Amino acid sequence: MTEHIIDIKHLSKSFSGKKVLEDINLYVRRGEFVTLLGPSGCGKTTMLRMIAGFLDPDEGEITLEGAPLVGVPPHKRPLNTVFQRYALFPHLDVYDNIAFGLKLAKVPSEEIDKRVRKVLKLVSMSDYEDRDVDTLSGGQQQRIAIARAIVNRPKVLLLDEPLAALDLKMRKDMQIELKEMHRKLGITFIYVTHDQEEALTLSDTVVVMNEGRIQQIGTPMDIYNEPVNAFVADFIGESNILKGRMMRDRRVAFIKHEFDCVDEGFGEDVPVDVVVRPEDIYFTTDPAKCQFKAKVNSCTFKGVHYEMFVDTDTGYELMIQDYDPYPVGSEVMLYIDPDDIQVMKKERRANVYEGEVTGDGKVEFLGAEFECNTEGFASGDKVRVTIRFEKVDLLDHEDEAVTTGHVEFILYMGNHYHLTIRTKSGEKIWVDTNDIWDKNDFVGINILPEDIRLEKLEEDGQKV
Amino acid sequence: MVKKVFARIYIALILVILYAPIVFIAVFSFTEAKSLGNWTGFSLSLYKSLFTGGMQNSSALISAVNNTLLIALIASLIATILGTVAAIGIFNLKGRKKQAIQLLNNIPMINPDIITGVSLFLLFVFLHISQGYLTVILAHVTFCTPYVVLSVLPKLTQMNPNIYEAALDLGATPGQAFRKVLVPVLSPGMISGFILSFTMSLDDFAVTFFTRGTIGLDTLSTFIYADARKGGLTPELKPLMTIIFIIILVVLLALNLKKSKHSDEK
Repeated sequence: MTEHIIDIKHLSKSFSGKKVLEDINLYVRRGEFVTLLGPSGCGKTTMLRMIAGFLDPDEGEITLEGAPLVGVPPHKRPLNTVFQRYALFPHLDVYDNIAFGLKLAKVPSEEIDKRVRKVLKLVSMSDYEDRDVDTLSGGQQQRIAIARAIVNRPKVLLLDEPLAALDLKMRKDMQIELKEMHRKLGITFIYVTHDQEEALTLSDTVVVMNEGRIQQIGTPMDIYNEPVNAFVADFIGESNILKGRMMRDRRVAFIKHEFDCVDEGFGEDVPVDVVVRPEDIYFTTDPAKCQFKAKVNSCTFKGVHYEMFVDTDTGYELMIQDYDPYPVGSEVMLYIDPDDIQVMKKERRANVYEGEVTGDGKVEFLGAEFECNTEGFASGDKVRVTIRFEKVDLLDHEDEAVTTGHVEFILYMGNHYHLTIRTKSGEKIWVDTNDIWDKNDFVGINILPEDIRLEKLEEDGQKV
Repeated sequence: MVKKVFARIYIALILVILYAPIVFIAVFSFTEAKSLGNWTGFSLSLYKSLFTGGMQNSSALISAVNNTLLIALIASLIATILGTVAAIGIFNLKGRKKQAIQLLNNIPMINPDIITGVSLFLLFVFLHISQGYLTVILAHVTFCTPYVVLSVLPKLTQMNPNIYEAALDLGATPGQAFRKVLVPVLSPGMISGFILSFTMSLDDFAVTFFTRGTIGLDTLSTFIYADARKGGLTPELKPLMTIIFIIILVVLLALNLKKSKHSDEK
């Protein structure tokens, strides 16, 4: 299990100037079930297509058992792919679809016969060999697509969202079957999906990706219980993501209360992000156990559990999942186990840009000219511009706005929203706000002159 | 009810207007009278004379028919290959480039034949290509190819974009993937493109007239034109046209039958 079958090093790819993959490093062990998980546009499919050979990387290398793959055409790679929309050959019947690869490889026909039958049995489609593929249902077509790939005994099987087109029930059944197939065949699987539940159910290792970068690599348990950043915490399962402050080792403050935790090594009095899963906040009737009080403001039955939103006595909203419902309006006592508090290093504390003073009271950054106090700076000075998240004004119109952008990502932080805005210039600005915005909303961006802080930079970009 | 009756009459009227000329020719191919419009009783003598070469210029007519079929066959074969390859190329283009090329592909189809014919004539003269078989075939390929592009493109759009990649993935070289997967999947479009080209080439007059040169190359259309100018159509043309019409009718029926049978199975 420890031998690497695939090694990916410093892989980068751009499409017409836009980086879709940036410095990807990853290895896959022989026999492993690895899932590339991320929202659409995160680069996961691009990466799979590069392993399959349909795309060439701009930089970096991919090796299979130590031999370089980049530059080897797809038909010479000992890998097979299961495509999202099956991609069966409509002019061939089931048997000929599956035998396609074997016939090209000039396998003797008795052996083809044997292997096709065996693989049809494996995907429980034994009586279907003479059927036209377009008479099959979606799930059946997907089984044939899988059979067509594994009959060639690939060293690695690549699966590009193979279950995305199936309905929920079918998808669940196929998940179990895929897992079983992986166990029986012992082939390495690289699986691409945007469905976090699917990734957690199927994989030995999950690779969470966003915006062309790997966010976290780990077992499903690791990823769920110890997300390394707010993106992963938000993407995998439900979570309460909150601003916190590490007081000292094993002691963290958030929602204006202090809690014991198990994290160490952040330093003292350091701002952090805190993640608490909704099922890890417990109700208690014992005042000695109670860490904070709250009022239930909604309660929804979700099948197995109830999902409740509570307002804490300190003004934060938390999501809680519990098997027992608590009536709306009731005062409850709550506690969190130290084990269940996941502390994450803050990725950034403020917006920081490089800019240039363009005149008296004017500075240029984010591709626009902002007014600010430029006392002590001369026109042409290169400066570092710092703006706090909560000091960025978002407008729903373009008038009076200095520049514009789109809401790219929204994170609820218990008592405010933390937004990622992609500006017109293609850069990002992070904003803390109480206003409700939707993803992809068009926004005008304004910053008050007194909220823009400047520091002088040397010509080479170093701070003085 | 009244509406229904009117609708039926309307349809019937249109069909009569469309088919009257053909029926007229077909009916009068079964009589002996040399001049059109005279019925002198049922007779197969025109058919006999057509097939036994009993008419005055039968060898010229036979060679015109042969030329027509040969030119149509070669030109539509070449156009089918060129058009299919072009369609695949156009399909893989993106955005404005794709639109621009598609527009360029459509213009020759809207362009009046007479302009295509004259401009090809001038081009061949300018390039000092002696006119004859070669230039007629080149000219026919020119106006047939866009039709093949148009009939293959929709098949590409309907096709699952991954199947070519799937073939490569299963070990096919790009050439094998083209032959074993793309061609079979695109073949319905290629066949209809071929048939369209073939019929376009069969009945072309203007382009052929300007590109056939002075070596005395005649196709059916130029032969009939010359024949009519000499004073009256050769009577044996009536059975010939009837036969051509019936052949085309049978081919069309067969194709439609096959298509509907295929869609029934699904």
